[in-house]
Amino acid sequence: MNWKMSRIVRTVTNFLIVPIIVFGIYLVLHGHLTPGGGFQGGAVIASSTALLIIAYGTLGEHEKDLSSVEALGLTLFILIALLGIGTTMFYNFLAGAGGVFGGTIPEGINPGYINTGGTIPLMNIFVGLEVTAALSLIIWMMSKETFVINSEKKEVKD
Amino acid sequence: MIGFLQIIQILIMIGLILTALAVVIFRDLISAAIALGASSLLLSLQFFILRAPDVAIAEAAVGAALTTAIFIFAIRSTEREEGYH
Repeated sequence: MNWKMSRIVRTVTNFLIVPIIVFGIYLVLHGHLTPGGGFQGGAVIASSTALLIIAYGTLGEHEKDLSSVEALGLTLFILIALLGIGTTMFYNFLAGAGGVFGGTIPEGINPGYINTGGTIPLMNIFVGLEVTAALSLIIWMMSKETFVINSEKKEVKD
Repeated sequence: MIGFLQIIQILIMIGLILTALAVVIFRDLISAAIALGASSLLLSLQFFILRAPDVAIAEAAVGAALTTAIFIFAIRSTEREEGYH
């Protein structure tokens, strides 16, 4: 049940897969500065999974791993939201505190610094993880059903 | 006075109508799915010109890539031609 597309499609996929994933990661990491964010970046990374599955047919048996990545992203999102429960839920306790993503924003017009934003970039990263895993899982399940149905059709024809 | 952006917007509108008509007219369902993806891509360009880049990125990723892939899987597991046999 190995269903591959032509060598041209597979070579173009091999070249395109890296820029697509890098662009998705850029959209997720710069979510608090530029247009984009967790959902958009995750959808872009999941489109690279769709490209791989269409070109190569299958990716193996990793749907349990994708499901755990999805659960992990959601759990970490809720955990970060609950960590600020001393004030309110979703309280941005990291803003201006120093360290990772805790830098203070300088006054006046600036090009935008990535080390600011507090908990918002962390939440973008977790939402990106979850959306990537969920959309990849949807496409994976659809392609597996397609293979099952096509092999049944072949058996009927034979 | 019609500016450069207005001309591009009108061209994108005409392309949207043409691709939407192609989706209805095509009997080959894979061609119709590809035309739907092209329509979605033109719609995301329109969103970008109307200064909604967030919506444009989401539309391009979900509408043009993921929906087309799911449609193609669904067509592969049923029939390629439209109509009854």
